Amino acid sequence: MAVTSAAHVTAAPPERESLSDWLDRQAGRLFILPAVILILGFSIFPLIASAYLALSRFKLAPGGYTLTFIGWFNFKKMLTGSQQFHLLGTFGAITLLGWVIMLATVALVVWGVVRYVRSGRVTVVGSIGRLITIATALALSVLFAVNLGEGGQLGTIATTMFYVAGGVAVQFALGLGLALLCAKPIRGRSFFRVLFFVPLMVTPVGIAYTFRMLADTAVGPFAPLWHWLGYAQTSWSADAWTARFVVLIGDSWQWIPFIFIVLLAAIESQPRDEVEAAQLDGASGWQIFRDITWPSIAPVAATVVLIRAIEAFKIIDLPNVLTNGGPGIATESLTLHAFIEWRALNLGGSAAVAYILLFLSTIACVSFFNFVVKPMREARA
Amino acid sequence: MSVLKRLTEPKSLDTMSPLGAVLVYGGLILWSLVVLFPLYWIAITSLKLPIHVSAGPVYLPFVDFLPDLHAWRYIFVDLGNDTLRPYLNSIVVALVSTMLAMLIGSMAAYALSRLEFAPRLASILLFILLGAVMIVAVAGFGVPWWIAAVVALALFLLLARAAGRTMRASLGNGDILFWIISQRILPPVVAALPIYVMFQTLGMLDTRTALIATYTTVNLPIVVWLMYDFFVTIPKDLEESASLDGASRFAIFFGIVLPLARPGLVATGLLVLILAWNEYLLALFLSSANAQTMPVLVAAQNATRGPQWWYMSVLILLMILPVIFLTLLLQRFIAKGMLLGAVKG
Repeated sequence: MAVTSAAHVTAAPPERESLSDWLDRQAGRLFILPAVILILGFSIFPLIASAYLALSRFKLAPGGYTLTFIGWFNFKKMLTGSQQFHLLGTFGAITLLGWVIMLATVALVVWGVVRYVRSGRVTVVGSIGRLITIATALALSVLFAVNLGEGGQLGTIATTMFYVAGGVAVQFALGLGLALLCAKPIRGRSFFRVLFFVPLMVTPVGIAYTFRMLADTAVGPFAPLWHWLGYAQTSWSADAWTARFVVLIGDSWQWIPFIFIVLLAAIESQPRDEVEAAQLDGASGWQIFRDITWPSIAPVAATVVLIRAIEAFKIIDLPNVLTNGGPGIATESLTLHAFIEWRALNLGGSAAVAYILLFLSTIACVSFFNFVVKPMREARA
Repeated sequence: MSVLKRLTEPKSLDTMSPLGAVLVYGGLILWSLVVLFPLYWIAITSLKLPIHVSAGPVYLPFVDFLPDLHAWRYIFVDLGNDTLRPYLNSIVVALVSTMLAMLIGSMAAYALSRLEFAPRLASILLFILLGAVMIVAVAGFGVPWWIAAVVALALFLLLARAAGRTMRASLGNGDILFWIISQRILPPVVAALPIYVMFQTLGMLDTRTALIATYTTVNLPIVVWLMYDFFVTIPKDLEESASLDGASRFAIFFGIVLPLARPGLVATGLLVLILAWNEYLLALFLSSANAQTMPVLVAAQNATRGPQWWYMSVLILLMILPVIFLTLLLQRFIAKGMLLGAVKG
């Protein structure tokens, strides 16, 4: 690493420097070195080791373990072999809903490509990046279509994507709504702000147990309601979709505050005079939101969605405690899938699942950054 | 003025129409209930006897049922040390890892915001290559890990200069910053297995040190990201004049820059502290009995006799109360810190 800094100018000549001078000259490296070493040791080294593990078979042997290199076998087993149902789910005949999903994705892709070609800024790297994004989007839409088809079931990839997309959408909508409410001229704004912030602080494991208590149809607080509706004997945890939605509700309860607090701060820093001028001109609340508030908070909104999505891909605590991944594998996220494989001592398979999650979340997050966050920031700037 | 108009139109710009006010306050109160009710339910469940839970819901203490401290007694007296140890573990691990992450992360963020770095691309590729070779040698051929590490390091030092001469491309500060931040995308489960094996090899599994080191690294990207934004906004004049007076970079950093960045430090520190306090997955991998932290203990309450709701509620309350207290104390800072991170990205 070459370091150029003001320290160079004042440093003593190398042959007669004291220890403190040397330290000062190396300050830049010394400042950054601990962070780099830690990340190399705990991220890069594990990443490489994980890659090796994903390509091997792990076996306990007398006095330790053996690792046998087996190439792509772990991935093959999950993508086309006996574990396919777990990762990719069960494929069913595509129904109308499936066609709608695929057509919508294709339409979105075509729209994006047309815009890209028309922009006149076509580059090699840009095209390769878009190809990866398009391939992933199309593959995911087909996966959803067959999983949602007749006789199909969601695998851990589709379930994770449901948590990410569904969770982020719900949390963004409610977080934005609450932020808009709190931005009105109300009394006790700081009270509501603190109160709405609290769920973010609660440990996710605790939230999972709390929602298990609350959702209990027999002894939970809403039991009389379920009884009255005639659902007292049914359990939400026995049905795949209700179980997924309970996980989603718990996740949303925790993360709405995060989106709320950031968007509220963004709304409060929007141009006040423009809003007042529009109000004097008799603009409606919706017009003010569309023409003034939204353009001014859009970059922040896109970034907060990105941050939330990055964390959402890693979900494990809630499904693990709420439903243990069940019924069957219905609520299992990719991280939980990897953890369950690890517990079964299938370390190679676990690492392979983890790597699939890594690819998926990296492609999704980088695509979102390049095609949503960046344009919004540039439009503002 | 018709009644309808009076209801839907505000009197002045800074007030709301009566109907609007009803809707806004209605929404706010509704959401307050959504936030408070789960917390209320945990609180009263911790005061219930098992019969009060299993016989169907009862809602109001002293009206529906008589509060009882049996669960609190069980957790504090009967279990005593078994609760205290994870609690202490959690406190020590969260506090120490937060302080380390803040120190190391701020230093890196400061250096990235003030100095120009240009690591050679060739050295980085060489490093990754040697790392891969080392792992294959250790895992595939049974070479002792410390011999492999020493050989790899020696080779790196020998070859780095030569590699740099043949390939002159280098990275900039932006690339380093992006690299550090992108570590946040890495799902912990990818890294958890090798970290587990690493600590097992070092004989440090189930120790606080292992958890502290891991949490420090996991939270570094956030610290670097947020603190970088704070340092960029601090004017450089003070540092330049101090530098002319002969102050060293260390003196400038610890004496001038850090005190100026205090709001950012508090916000980021609290965020990281909460993340470390609530972390579950890595603790599950790396700790079993001695270094067990609170989230793992709470999750473990799902006993064979079914979940012991009353004990669990006490434990959850014990976990929540300190952070809620801290949050109430420092709430303003967090909002600012999060906004800065999100806006500047």
